[in-house]
Amino acid sequence: MSNAPIPSVVDERIKTRSRFREAMIRPELGGIVGTIAVFTFFLLFAFDSGMFNSQGIMNWSIVSAQFMIIAVGACLLMIAGEFDLSVGSMIGFAGMLIAIFSVTMGWPVWMAILVTFAICIAIGGLNGFIVVRTGLPSFIVTLAFLFILRGFAIFLPQQIERKTIIGGIKDVAEGDWLAAVFGGKILGGMFNWLGDAGLIATFERGTRKGQPVVDGIPMLIIWAIILVILGHVLLTKTRFGNWIFAAGGDAEAARNSGVPVNKVKVSMFMFTAFCACVFATCQVMEFGSAGSDRGLLKEFEAIIAVVIGGALLTGGYGSVLGAALGALIFGVVQQGLFFAGVESSLFRVFLGVILLFAVILNTYIRRIITGER
Amino acid sequence: MNPEHAPIIQMKNIEKHFGSVIALAGVSLDVFPGECHCLLGDNGAGKSTFIKTMSGVHQPTKGEILFEGHPMHFADPRDAISAGIATVHQHLAMIPLMSVSRNFFMGNEPVKKVGPLNFFDHDYANQVTMDEMSKMGINLRGPDQAVGTLSGGERQTVAIARAVHFGAKVLILDEPTSALGVRQTANVLATVAKVRKQGIAVVFITHNVRHAMAVGDRFTVLNRGQTLGTAQRGQITPEELQDLMAGGQELVALEGSLGGTV
Repeated sequence: MSNAPIPSVVDERIKTRSRFREAMIRPELGGIVGTIAVFTFFLLFAFDSGMFNSQGIMNWSIVSAQFMIIAVGACLLMIAGEFDLSVGSMIGFAGMLIAIFSVTMGWPVWMAILVTFAICIAIGGLNGFIVVRTGLPSFIVTLAFLFILRGFAIFLPQQIERKTIIGGIKDVAEGDWLAAVFGGKILGGMFNWLGDAGLIATFERGTRKGQPVVDGIPMLIIWAIILVILGHVLLTKTRFGNWIFAAGGDAEAARNSGVPVNKVKVSMFMFTAFCACVFATCQVMEFGSAGSDRGLLKEFEAIIAVVIGGALLTGGYGSVLGAALGALIFGVVQQGLFFAGVESSLFRVFLGVILLFAVILNTYIRRIITGER
Repeated sequence: MNPEHAPIIQMKNIEKHFGSVIALAGVSLDVFPGECHCLLGDNGAGKSTFIKTMSGVHQPTKGEILFEGHPMHFADPRDAISAGIATVHQHLAMIPLMSVSRNFFMGNEPVKKVGPLNFFDHDYANQVTMDEMSKMGINLRGPDQAVGTLSGGERQTVAIARAVHFGAKVLILDEPTSALGVRQTANVLATVAKVRKQGIAVVFITHNVRHAMAVGDRFTVLNRGQTLGTAQRGQITPEELQDLMAGGQELVALEGSLGGTV
């Protein structure tokens, strides 16, 4: 056949878009704008409150990192077209399993952690399996698991220890290699040096006099950074990422093209459970205890962070980097209101308002990219 | 058709029963490489069931499918696709929120090895997409343009170009023009003509006689699960085709009352 290259003709019906408008159409837009706005606000109104010295930064970074860890899982799952409402209960349940295995049953902590991960990921897989097999909305299936897992997180310690908080994990985790991966800190040397150099605050009295107040970067933050990078690369740079978009965009069309939609969805449920488990393990190692009520409402906070980050609730569109920015906004505002001396209950008002704005903005961006009118 | 060619696909006396309903009562059809074979029929004539049998969605109750001369049993659509039978559905072909290039390679993503890891080769995918689209006469703003911004006809064309790029030997088009405007229909028909010239067999399902006449080499009419015969181009007039599709008499009467406009 004659394959003469067709000279590219400019179609007069395609309006040329300005580079600015081009740059606007990206899922992270809301997250970027929000991050700038939030930082500007707190730099103006809470700069002197200690929010931006070493302890202050560490404070909101830890909270943001917690949100990020669960937001990455929720983000990929939402892009694949599903929700997981059981994340919060999974956090409570996973923490409780670690405590029961290590403290009550006396297993080595690393074994307790590994077994807990295996159980939680299996439950995530079960969630996904039920969703793809029955075709029920994931909203309902995972709502069921929200109650089931929370119920067990209360029942098990009640039954075994006659209390709803199990402590003493710090003692059994002492020197455990895997516990350090979740509860340790790194770069202590650098912070000592910064403290000696007078760049960050040091303790002025007591047994730790002269040591920096912030003595390292918690592994929680490292986990958050690793998961965000991993999620972003997986989504945008791999073939599996294309399948995630396809599964959420239109499962039937994806199947027609040979995408293993069910496999993608189930594995994303498992990944969400993995993220919840990372959160739970870091928290248990930090607090030294597990509580039945841990992780309450976290599923919604994760979803809100993801939506602020530009993902569509209907699936098929979104960004892990956007979700990470959403989590950052979350953490900075939650802690910032405290630093700024604002009544903390107003945080919820803020949440509701920003969620509404984010959803409206997302709908608008969706119209632009799909050309709907 | 071209006598030195053997048919690429032969459907022999295909019967398909759904419980007590006989959807296909012995339909036979040959398709040659490089021909556009139009399958016409009114709603409920069995067109969809027939092409679903050809593309592996249904298994025939009776009858035989020969592909390149060998009997074939397609267990599912994947079998048919890997043999080289691609179906472009009227809907459900493209994902509007994803870019043209991501859609084009959906399920067939090219990978680039970086160390032990496999990454989606976006540069290659973008390049191929732009090339294939311009061959089909579609000018994209860029490979990252979302499919949602394309018109219905352009989406069909992307889907056809994708099937061709991935080595389809038989292309089944399920009513590709039924929801399109005049201009878009013309574009899709032009695409069909291009594809056929590459030696690909096209099975074109439609109930619009004029669209069929525009590109078809042969026309097979289905009615109530049976073949009413296959005609060569030039041996049949559009009016005769129309009558065959509707089953004769009733339409003649109807046509009179509508002043010959149907």
